[in-house]
Amino acid sequence: MNTLIILSALGIITLFAEIFRFRKALFPLILLGLAGAFVATSFEYCDHPQSIFNMMIFDKYAVVFSCSLILICFLWFMMARNYFLQETSVTDHFALILFALAGAVVMVSYSNLVMLFLGIEILSVSVYVLAASDKASVLSNEAGFKYFLMGSFASGFLLFGITLIYGATGSFDLGTIEQFVASNPSSGLVTVGVLLMLTGLAFKSSLAPFHFWAPDVYDGAPTTVTAFMATVVKTAAFGAFFRLFSTSFAGVSGQWTTVLWWFAVLTMFAGNLSALRQFSVKRMLAYSSIAHAGYIAIAIVSVSTNGTSAQAILYYTLTYSIATITAFTVLYIVERNTGRNDFGAFEGMAKNNPFLALVTTVAMLSLAGIPPTAGFFGKYYIFLTALNSHNASLVVIAVVAALIGVYYYFRVIISMYFKPEKSDIPASIGSLHQIVLFITTLLTLLLGIFPDWVLRWI
Amino acid sequence: MITLLLILIPLFSSLLILSVPARFAKIFAFAASFISFAVTLAVFISFPVSADYQYLIDYNWIPSLGIHFKVGIDGISILMVLLTTFLTPLIILSARNEDNHTPVFYALILFMEMALTGVFVSLDGFLFYIFWELALIPIYFICLLWGGVNRVNITIKFFIYTLTGSLFMLVALIILYLHTPNHTFDINDLYHAGRSLDSRMQGILFLFFILAFGIKMPIFPLHTWQPDTYTTAPAQGSMLLSGIMLKMGIYGAIRWLLPMLPEAVHEYSVYVMWFAIAGVVYASVIAITRSDMKRLIAYSSIAHVGLIAAGIFAFNIQGLQGGIVQMLSHGVNVCGLFFVADIIQNRTKTREIPLLGGIRSKAPMLATAFLIIMLGAVALPLTDGFVGEFLLINGVFHFSPYMAALGGLTIILGAVYMFRAYQRTALGETSQATDHFTDLTLTEKAVLIPLVIMVLFIGIFPQVFLNISEPAVVKLLSGY
Repeated sequence: MNTLIILSALGIITLFAEIFRFRKALFPLILLGLAGAFVATSFEYCDHPQSIFNMMIFDKYAVVFSCSLILICFLWFMMARNYFLQETSVTDHFALILFALAGAVVMVSYSNLVMLFLGIEILSVSVYVLAASDKASVLSNEAGFKYFLMGSFASGFLLFGITLIYGATGSFDLGTIEQFVASNPSSGLVTVGVLLMLTGLAFKSSLAPFHFWAPDVYDGAPTTVTAFMATVVKTAAFGAFFRLFSTSFAGVSGQWTTVLWWFAVLTMFAGNLSALRQFSVKRMLAYSSIAHAGYIAIAIVSVSTNGTSAQAILYYTLTYSIATITAFTVLYIVERNTGRNDFGAFEGMAKNNPFLALVTTVAMLSLAGIPPTAGFFGKYYIFLTALNSHNASLVVIAVVAALIGVYYYFRVIISMYFKPEKSDIPASIGSLHQIVLFITTLLTLLLGIFPDWVLRWI
Repeated sequence: MITLLLILIPLFSSLLILSVPARFAKIFAFAASFISFAVTLAVFISFPVSADYQYLIDYNWIPSLGIHFKVGIDGISILMVLLTTFLTPLIILSARNEDNHTPVFYALILFMEMALTGVFVSLDGFLFYIFWELALIPIYFICLLWGGVNRVNITIKFFIYTLTGSLFMLVALIILYLHTPNHTFDINDLYHAGRSLDSRMQGILFLFFILAFGIKMPIFPLHTWQPDTYTTAPAQGSMLLSGIMLKMGIYGAIRWLLPMLPEAVHEYSVYVMWFAIAGVVYASVIAITRSDMKRLIAYSSIAHVGLIAAGIFAFNIQGLQGGIVQMLSHGVNVCGLFFVADIIQNRTKTREIPLLGGIRSKAPMLATAFLIIMLGAVALPLTDGFVGEFLLINGVFHFSPYMAALGGLTIILGAVYMFRAYQRTALGETSQATDHFTDLTLTEKAVLIPLVIMVLFIGIFPQVFLNISEPAVVKLLSGY
């Protein structure tokens, strides 16, 4: 609960920065606040958490996911600081991000469907605005509007699903629903409700065939906002997704796992195959983000009682987000200096700035799932979870999809080591970016070698 | 501790070398790899004749998943590690100063040495997989950054090809892991798990494993990445790939496949062997028609490895022992041949055999070294190739005389393409390209002389190596 209070207060204080003119001190204040939120959250880690008015519960799952979200957000702020300094409305944007983060925390700690919906909306509304925050750009406006329209549809599905579930069970409470579903697995209302909620959440987490909004939105939104959507939003969406389906709807898992099985397969192939043919690295990363959603969906399909699915999702979303932050930071630097975001813009990076090339290589290896990076262990753990639940065919499909993925991630690496006649990649980058790249790369390697540092907490 | 040392020396030196001034990088790398070799040699000389793992280290790496950092050396591993640490300093030495290799180049080679050593000493399935994949990254970059024509497409094909096999092996390892009673990756537990599976499941896992190992070796229909990659890689890359890296596939099959899935091995070995034998004939015939020296060596490598694969899948003492000793000699021979090709290319700017000739009159030392290594490759008695191929054909013969007869063609066909290559390059009149050919430089001598000595040493004293590996092989065959 303290997490939520701190984050909301931080957001409100941020809004006041414009009025009381402490914009200069704002950035350190936010970092400090996030660090405080992280610490406060970790203090709530305990075996027997108290439910908060039967609305939210900060159990281990919620605490660990919140910490993961705050950490990613912290890194994101370090990455995006310069972008917002150029804008006049820096405080609005920072506040929106903080509110979105508060929404994300609600999404991973709800114990009531009303809170789920609230969390999703708090997050989504902030991100709709952020996606359109580059007011001068038509693409950014389009992205915001498209995201808003599609997101509203998804919310509609979700609400309809919640209504039907309420109609069947007479409660919004996850525990009550779980009991009802377990004792009445053949209830028609529940089946339809579950499928509608599945659709809504699949929209939010960009699972195929509901992913069509994602490439345009990711591509059109400012690069830093895209990074936020690909990391924090995705982690929160899957945190919420799994929390609901592994508890309340576990009783009828036979009804939705088949559907989600196909979603996962479609997502992996739609994401990976489309990413193959992109010219823009940003758009490639958008499709790659869709593909990764497919891998995470495998862990939900393989939902099990012994908690490995939750571990797999936590580890995968965290390490994927860290590598993605690296990739987007580099992309952001490249975009600012060359004005382009196609593969060609990366040429000459290895020569001009070996550090940048090295961290990008590690990030790409991690996204492609090559040891010893964290991305490999994430995939390994997903495969392990799936095989444990006898989903061998899904693993074989995922292996094939991962192989396709290697090709486009390596295209980035190959471009960096290609020597053009002239390259605008700067020899030195800002110290804040250096720090964030250093941290993310170190984490990618260390978490790959010592995955227990993350896994043991759930 | 020594096992850990063998992994850590190359690892740390590969990191340290990045801070060394560029002009000292080669010396530093050579010194580091030479220390590794000295340590290995000391272990080798004092190695007890025993079937057990020596110098065991078992550290609980990821406790919640039963993953251990477990390494140890037995009679088979030590020979593989010896091959790795013997060849690496020579490979580093063979890099030409005029190519202006950056410290990164040497760092990658040392990193590769670390990964290869790790593969040969791992006794935990997960650890084995990690090292297995780690070896792929440096060689990919060596080939990508310093390779020849069309390297971008060829290297990515190589990477995805080998990764395909690896990922299927990972799936197989996870399935075995889930069948162990207390969920560990320990090699002995995996053996038990594998043996307790029904024959259908064993067959599926066999297929997954053979994909990984067969692509790495490579065995006949899975070889299509190999000639291009060997040809386009820089000389050091070709030497690493053919001299050491392909042994990962053979070693993997010996350690992780044959004892793990006995029923499937019994049932499906014969198919693998037929493919391997077919590869022997197919690659030899193609080698005869090649005029590019590197490509010729690449195809000859497929032929030799095909026979090794057939020998080990025969799964008898002659076949396995032959396979192990032949891995050593093939590593030495193929490195020597690739280096000779590199020297010739460096002098004449061509590798086309028809454009060469008369090198012997201009460079007698090179020609002599070339001759001895080539005799080793065609398995003349008293050279290293003879011992291995004799035992291998013997082993295959016990399994099926027809296969042995076909596999034996490798010696005859090998003689055809090797002698032809030697004759057209070293003998005859000098051509325009070889008119100003100079003999070996000091560095080149330092690389070739140890290789030539090894060709003869393995040929004359094979027992030194066979005695060490025998207890481990016997234990492997008896199934522990």
